[in-house]
Amino acid sequence: MPMGLSNYRASLTRFQSFIALLILCIALSLLSNKFLTIENGWNVLRQISVNVCISVGMTLVVLTAGIDLSVGSILAFSGAVAAGLLKNGIPWPAHDLFIGFTLLGTIVAALIVGAALGFFNGWMITRFKVPPFVATLAMLTIARGLTMLSTKGYPISSLGSKFDFIGSGWLLGIPVLVWISAVTVILAVVLVRKTPLGRYIYAIGGNEQAARLSGIHINRVKIIVYTIGGILAAVGGIMVTSRLDSAQPNAGTNYELDSIAAVVIGGTSLSGGRGTIMGTVLGAIIIGVLNNGLVLLDVSPFWQQVIKGLVILLSVIVDKMNSQEA
Amino acid sequence: MLVAEKIGKRFTGVIALQDVSMQLRPGRVTAIIGENGAGKSTLMKILSGVYAEYEGRILLNGAEVRFANPKEAQEKGISIIHQELNLIPDLSITENIFLGRELTDRWGLLNKKAMRERTALLLQRLKLNVSADILVRDLKVGQQQVIEIAKALLLESQVIIMDEPTSAISEAEVEILFGIIEQLRAEGKIIAYISHKLDELFRIADDFVVLRDGQVTETGTMKGIDHDAIVRKMVGRDIARLEHNRAPADAAEDLLSVAALSWHAGNKQLLKNISFSLRRGEVLGIFGLMGAGRTELLECILGLHAGEHTGDMRLNGVSLDVRSPRDAIRAGLVLVPEDRKKDGLIPGLDVKTNISLSILRSLGRNGLLNNQAERSLAEHYKDSLRIKTPNLEQQVRHLSGGNQQKVILARCLATNPKVLMLDEPTRGIDVNAKNEIYKLILELAESGLGIIVVSSELPEILTVSDRILVLCEGKISGTFPRATAGEDDILKAAIPKTI
Repeated sequence: MPMGLSNYRASLTRFQSFIALLILCIALSLLSNKFLTIENGWNVLRQISVNVCISVGMTLVVLTAGIDLSVGSILAFSGAVAAGLLKNGIPWPAHDLFIGFTLLGTIVAALIVGAALGFFNGWMITRFKVPPFVATLAMLTIARGLTMLSTKGYPISSLGSKFDFIGSGWLLGIPVLVWISAVTVILAVVLVRKTPLGRYIYAIGGNEQAARLSGIHINRVKIIVYTIGGILAAVGGIMVTSRLDSAQPNAGTNYELDSIAAVVIGGTSLSGGRGTIMGTVLGAIIIGVLNNGLVLLDVSPFWQQVIKGLVILLSVIVDKMNSQEA
Repeated sequence: MLVAEKIGKRFTGVIALQDVSMQLRPGRVTAIIGENGAGKSTLMKILSGVYAEYEGRILLNGAEVRFANPKEAQEKGISIIHQELNLIPDLSITENIFLGRELTDRWGLLNKKAMRERTALLLQRLKLNVSADILVRDLKVGQQQVIEIAKALLLESQVIIMDEPTSAISEAEVEILFGIIEQLRAEGKIIAYISHKLDELFRIADDFVVLRDGQVTETGTMKGIDHDAIVRKMVGRDIARLEHNRAPADAAEDLLSVAALSWHAGNKQLLKNISFSLRRGEVLGIFGLMGAGRTELLECILGLHAGEHTGDMRLNGVSLDVRSPRDAIRAGLVLVPEDRKKDGLIPGLDVKTNISLSILRSLGRNGLLNNQAERSLAEHYKDSLRIKTPNLEQQVRHLSGGNQQKVILARCLATNPKVLMLDEPTRGIDVNAKNEIYKLILELAESGLGIIVVSSELPEILTVSDRILVLCEGKISGTFPRATAGEDDILKAAIPKTI
């Protein structure tokens, strides 16, 4: 098969989701006059910003032929940690001490928590050969439990206007949430396309044994990837907590599913080695626009779920049909 | 009789087969010969129902047949035994043989007794002395192949197509396979036999069909043609069999020395007290039958089983502590693995990346990739190893077997190794590409590398090695310098004394 053809096909596939998105947007703007407004545009981008961040991490994980089911719980726990530290600090009654946290301190702490849990995932998967599905399923429960423990099951609210700026503020005419997801995407694209680590991620997903024999440190790459996944979940946790001005104990429930959906709609293969960050971003936008449009059209939330499921199926079927022709 | 008339097949824009006509007669083995990409596999896939769309006709016993899928072909009596075996490792022999055509009793439940009995009969007929209940996983590759043949026999197949049946089995197992083929021939089966090993074809085949670039260039009987003539028909020109008179490496000090290497895995002793040395510029051939420990030895040297084995390894006199392939590469040891697809290639990545993979980090600057350096590296090896690819961005899966092998070789050489290990370097590669690989091995040895070649093909070992080490049941059972190495002696050393 000549090279040009497979390249052409690859770009066609990417083009396809783009066309799908375009058709979706045109249809929605015809059906609702509220859809095609600048305000609604920002709205959609703000709504998907959390999913974009998580899904970028998920893409890296899936490219190595792994999966991360724990992102929703890690999001909740790091959000709770951020809120708790910001509001209450760490009291240390035995020594009559109290450690307060600045805004930056809380953010760093939340990111460290996310990184640690992600690292733990990677460690289990590489050191003890626990399948990613199982390891991260366990973490899904563990991190949720930790969230409940740390919040005692109640929301932690009223976190102050500085923290609020992350979720509701604007910078240079663009919402801060959108800035965060845009920077995340750019960094991820650079990582994937311009660094050796990015290549290793594809190589491991494409053929792990061959990558090992090529001298690639498989375990290190995997641990890094799951750690990044944890950090980005924590970023999502900070975003969600700030936007609601509250850390909810059940925040992020089912977020892993939305994020896997974005990855899959974006054309990344769950068996690893094939996919792009921009595809995932497109996937997240499609889901976001669909959600937004269905709400504007007053479709019942129950139908929304059915429709979202069908879209996931459709996108994978189209993808399969393409790769079979190739 | 199976007749193909003017078969044609094209894939988007590419003509794979054109006007192919041939006859396969009952009670005869027909060799289908051709280089990789000549169209052999495509033709066999049409005959066995994998491709349903083609031009031309297929006649079985005078009546036209057209199969929509492999199952239909099987029902009409055509079975194919693929190069990659289609068996399910965790099912028993019986379950594999009856997969998809299980016998049931009148309640619709599995009739295990009847299936087991018929399997036992088949195994007896094929002289495979194992229980019908053992898992396919526990069989040797050669035995698994016999199970595939048993499947074909169960279907009462009239036509049996074998695609490279000996590419993964030892010489001893080849003998058993040939015995079975003789038997099938005597029973009047139509047998099509695809192989790159010409010597084999002269032993087993009666007729031949040569394909080149999708067309039949010659048909006839094996009796009426010799080795060189067939090669000429295949490649369309004369190619000399590689003869060389390389002087063995000078007896300078050892590059790599291995002392008392032993490896137990569970209660199995895989390697016993292996000691040998390799000099700069030397090609050391390691020969052994399946299960002799050839691949295991290379894997131990490469650090794939770190901590499980005992013994001492030195490189240039310095003790080696290799705990992973990564350590091995850093020390200067690389392996071109036995199974290209499984262990060698990243099929979805391009030629360039497959070559640069092992040294990406050192090519880069400030933690970023250096595209320019990668490209010139790949360009360099494309020229020096004569890799045929339309461009460096070609996905490596689309290359021919020989060129894929060169890509892996390029990746290994890019790490600037001191010792190059090659495990079955020419498996599944056509004659022409084989000679190319042999030439490269000798050139690399000339340039001062120490090279270890593991192979189950004696002619290959004899062609490239300066010295030959024979393994048998995990032990070194013989060492022969090239000058005095005789096929008989080597084989004798390789065959276990007690079976």
